[in-house]
Amino acid sequence: MDAPKPAPRTLYEKLWDAHVVAPLDADSALLHIDRQLLHEVSSPQAFAEIEGKGLAVARPAAHLGLADHAVPTRNRDRPIADPKARAQVALHAENCARHGIDYLSLDDARQGIVHIVGPEQGFTLPGITLVCGDSHTATHGAFGALAFGIGTSECACVLATGVLPQRKARTMAVELRGRLGDGVGAKDVILALIARIGASGAAGHAIEYRGAAVAAMSMEARMTLCNMSIEAGSRTGLIAPDATTLAYVEGRPRAPKGADWTRAAAYWRTLSTDAGAAFDRVETFDVSRLAPMVTWGTSPDQGIAIDAGIPAPATVKDRQALDYMGLTAGQRLAGTPIDAVFIGSCTNSRIEDLRAAAAVVRGRRVAAGVQALVVPGSGLIKRQAEEEGLDRVFTDAGFSWRDAGCSLCVAMNDDRLASGTRCASTSNRNFEGRQGAGARTHLMSPAMAAAAAVTGRIVDVRTLG
Amino acid sequence: MEPFTTLNSVAAPLPVADIDTDILFPARFLLITGKDGLGRYAFHDWRFDAEGRELDFVLSRAPWDRARILVTGANFGCGSSREHAPWALHALGIRCVIAPSFGEIFQGNCFKNGMLPITLGSEPHKRLLAEAEAGRALTVDLPAGAIRLADGAAIGFDVPPRQRDSLVNGWDEIDLIRARHADAIRAFQLHQQAVQPWLWTADTQEPNHG
Repeated sequence: MDAPKPAPRTLYEKLWDAHVVAPLDADSALLHIDRQLLHEVSSPQAFAEIEGKGLAVARPAAHLGLADHAVPTRNRDRPIADPKARAQVALHAENCARHGIDYLSLDDARQGIVHIVGPEQGFTLPGITLVCGDSHTATHGAFGALAFGIGTSECACVLATGVLPQRKARTMAVELRGRLGDGVGAKDVILALIARIGASGAAGHAIEYRGAAVAAMSMEARMTLCNMSIEAGSRTGLIAPDATTLAYVEGRPRAPKGADWTRAAAYWRTLSTDAGAAFDRVETFDVSRLAPMVTWGTSPDQGIAIDAGIPAPATVKDRQALDYMGLTAGQRLAGTPIDAVFIGSCTNSRIEDLRAAAAVVRGRRVAAGVQALVVPGSGLIKRQAEEEGLDRVFTDAGFSWRDAGCSLCVAMNDDRLASGTRCASTSNRNFEGRQGAGARTHLMSPAMAAAAAVTGRIVDVRTLG
Repeated sequence: MEPFTTLNSVAAPLPVADIDTDILFPARFLLITGKDGLGRYAFHDWRFDAEGRELDFVLSRAPWDRARILVTGANFGCGSSREHAPWALHALGIRCVIAPSFGEIFQGNCFKNGMLPITLGSEPHKRLLAEAEAGRALTVDLPAGAIRLADGAAIGFDVPPRQRDSLVNGWDEIDLIRARHADAIRAFQLHQQAVQPWLWTADTQEPNHG
């Protein structure tokens, strides 16, 4: 008699099953955590907690430490000017050293934003579980890794035990059909999806992005897509590994080599949703007529196509957002003057993002009175951009060209906007006060932010020619 | 962890949806590396103006300045993973948040800190909001899974059994895992080393301190 055929499973279910150490109750289990990224903001109290218990880090090689949130993007050859930031970064380096954890210091060329460096170094691999005390850990799902953001108590749990109790998510397929038009990219897709389903639209679900538009995307674009899954309420965004994934991973410093590579690659190719596997929810989205997207409010789901008007407020949240942003319903965003431009963040600071922005900027000047900043996601991206001459394109136009870090995405360092300042930003959050108390953030793609920089207003990049 | 069984308090009404972690704990205060004294940063930019003067905010007004319960809008605590958000609310005295839904990471962070996030449907949520606005006290009874109103009525709520047991008993998760699952973890890791050896190659190398 033949063995019963295993039931078809989604990618999420395969990753989940492969990491269950012990079931806990009907819908949760203890999951093995293969990798953890540690940054200076969410981990100090975690190290303090395990040290308070007299515990060692269970498996130092499973972790990688970096400072990114609080680090300055200028004068990196000097001590950090802000004493609190200096102490926080120093404490992180000490914690990592004391526990035998790899740490990339600020003067290491590989330093950068955790979600940029993990993939670059091959620390992020398909098929693994990866966590970090940062909600944008969903980024790494672009590799077919089960990756999600956690709190500091959970960071401590992973340090001490190598496992985490987790509740199994429901599954949600986002089918992206069609082909993106010129001047439209992954950032526009994710902003449009969030606008459609809402800031809590995918809560409780692990999203898997699928379809022709995903297959056609580069790894950089896929990371942008997965990065903002949390802005739709989902802790996890996934894309099945394919030839594009393997080509990106192969040869990375920490990627498997030789026979290990062959074996790993064979396993990774099995990591896709089986035919016939059922998702709890399916959203289908034809991207072929998508226009560049811009947010008008203080929540990432308050976004519209650049050629649309701001909708009439339907809720308290909408009215508060319009008030905070200094905008009115019915108004078109195109033509709105801006004061600042930020190109960077774990969403949009990869080499492709910088190339897309530079292509718009080339031969133009930043508009008078606009403060414009480019912050590459890592030292390696910075170096590559410089080899390609992109830094000159930006600096010739009047942009400030900086060292790697989170910078104006979270405004924890000295890159901070004054109250009332309006910013065209490639980052992931337009929350009140996110880029400085009272600052106003419009989320958009790198090409759109570049267009805003050179015209001094929010503008459809496709009209620039 | 501090156990949570029953809690009696007035409840502060804050019926706004999508209150994010940057409102709960603005990023510029995240340079702090400890957990003490975080209460003043909770809702900072809604409580204080740029000069540090107190604004008119529900948690600053009697009787809600003593509230240990918050009744708020949907998707409360969305955004960042920062555990500083529940730490700061806790420092302000809040032990229980009642909302139609929560940001998932925030919700998990509450449970880890002896705080109870209660998810309620639209009708019971509206009723509690009215109680909160009237300044009447609520009693949250976690073992019974019920919120008792001043007039004696009760509203039931569900909390996943694992989280409920941890809260009621004040269990420490790390201690619990080490006590109950050490063998299972070891067995899992031996198996993974055999079938996915590439995930273990760095374990024998010296750390790299770039």
